[in-house]
Amino acid sequence: MNGSRSTGSDFARRLLRNRLAAAGGAVILFFFLLSALPGVFSSHEPNRIDIVNILHPPSASHPLGTDDLGRDVLARVVYGARVSLKVGFVAVGIATALGLFVGLLSGFYGGWVDAVLMRFVDMMLCFPTFFLILSVIAFLEPSIWNIMVVIGLTGWMGVARLVRAETLSIKERDFVAAARAQGAGAARIIFRHVLPNTLAPILVAATLGVAGAILTESALSFLGIGVQPPTPSWGNILTAGKDNIEYAWWLSLFPGLAILVTVLGYNLLGEGIRDAADPRLKGR
Amino acid sequence: MLRYIARRLLLTIPLLVGISLVSFLMMHMAPGGPIGAGTDMNPKATAESRARLKAYYGLDQPLHVQYGRWLGRMATLDFGDSFSPDGRPVAEKIKERIPITLTINVLSMGLIFLVAIPVGVTSAVRRGSLFDRISTVAVFTGFAIPTFWLALLMMILFGVRLGWLPISGISSLDYESLGTLGKIADRGRHLVLPVLLAGFGGLAGMSRYMRSNMLEVIRQDYIATARAKGLPEGTVIFRHAMRNALLPVITILGLSVPDLLGGSVIFETIFAIPGMGQLFYQGVMSRDYPLIMGILTIGAFLTLLGNLLADVGYALADPRIRQG
Repeated sequence: MNGSRSTGSDFARRLLRNRLAAAGGAVILFFFLLSALPGVFSSHEPNRIDIVNILHPPSASHPLGTDDLGRDVLARVVYGARVSLKVGFVAVGIATALGLFVGLLSGFYGGWVDAVLMRFVDMMLCFPTFFLILSVIAFLEPSIWNIMVVIGLTGWMGVARLVRAETLSIKERDFVAAARAQGAGAARIIFRHVLPNTLAPILVAATLGVAGAILTESALSFLGIGVQPPTPSWGNILTAGKDNIEYAWWLSLFPGLAILVTVLGYNLLGEGIRDAADPRLKGR
Repeated sequence: MLRYIARRLLLTIPLLVGISLVSFLMMHMAPGGPIGAGTDMNPKATAESRARLKAYYGLDQPLHVQYGRWLGRMATLDFGDSFSPDGRPVAEKIKERIPITLTINVLSMGLIFLVAIPVGVTSAVRRGSLFDRISTVAVFTGFAIPTFWLALLMMILFGVRLGWLPISGISSLDYESLGTLGKIADRGRHLVLPVLLAGFGGLAGMSRYMRSNMLEVIRQDYIATARAKGLPEGTVIFRHAMRNALLPVITILGLSVPDLLGGSVIFETIFAIPGMGQLFYQGVMSRDYPLIMGILTIGAFLTLLGNLLADVGYALADPRIRQG
């Protein structure tokens, strides 16, 4: 039970034994595969327009039907996985890095640094996130890169608060006092002692954050201010679904299912990591 | 209590200043500046006339002077004129759009409470039962469903296939010819789907929250005491446990304001509801900066107000807060 190795393997064992979390992980792996090897899952080109076969219902040659330009929906859903994966990871990467930075500074140094940074966090939280994202996008061009950056820049406040709280409690522990007594500097204490101990809650927040970022991206793309056609994204396929809502249910059903399953996967994995990292919280 | 409220109010002042600063700076950084949109595309606009326009709008003044002026106008809710062809004041446009958005959000909050509290309490009391497991699955699915997708599916099912409910707008074409009761019924039919969808995300969150609160409370000593002195289980659950578990829910009410406002952009656009969310979306699509900044600022104020009401409400309900 002592030492980080055994707690690490305990953690992995608890995580794998949690069937829901394992299922979530499997879903995520599956969508990773889709993004890496789209050709294996669909023989059609995602952007190949075929005006003879417009809005065909699902059939043997087009298992998920075709859209209003005759493009294969399965191919578009498969290639769309890349977009959501990219957005999820880059946006959360930005948010986590920023949140870590602000949270560590705030928690470790306290005083006026903490006061200023936390008031800034409070203020950012006053803006409805979706409003803020839309406003910034209106100033920029809608593109996948801008979307990722904007979702990241508007999503770090939760992580910052979390890291700050963890840092506050960790820096009062005996092992930090011991390190200080041995003459360790601020950098060493932060990176050797505080940071590693905040990793579990950050991992949970990041996993759930990927789910949130995917949902936000799909909503933005659906509204036409996210990923721009012809690049397929689950959200912008659904725009076509809305435009043809009276004739083509398959255009609305399948991309949405893909979003639902992916987001569910990340949420289940995130909850699983939380339970495995701190079994006392299980079932809450 | 009054002292608590006063202290809480004081705390909002720096936030208000911060919000106004961010809004101002964003507006200032708008591509082409506030007058750019009107003159950049105009080949007849000379450098001289641009400078004249700048002076006219006070844009040649130092930044802090401009901020001061802007703050003064904000205080009187003057957000300037919309860039759209009608050129009407932004405040006026927002004012006529807010009631429908608030109506839908208040109705959906009512729905959330009506459904989520009983579900959460039942799940907690019968932890591990079939009901608990089904509702947990439902909650997790609810968290993962993109609301706009659910909206599309409901439109297909109830609007297109079954033809039970209208799928766009807030009134039928023959609305004006209907009697009072007919009008109410017509408006109601148009609002069923939007209200359901506006409340959907909150429904999942709130029932989960209620469940974990309830589980927490049930473990407390005073519940054991209540049981030990032989009170009927119903009294223990409803009089002792549920009352205490409900307290933090007040906070959630206030904190859900930004999510509800953000959601209104999506469902008002989908259902073609002429509310603030749709107005905001139109503003974003046409780069109507004064309108965007006006709604963003109002959204932030509403959120701040929600937080304030939540804290005050909580302090009213729980003496430990106002004395701590």
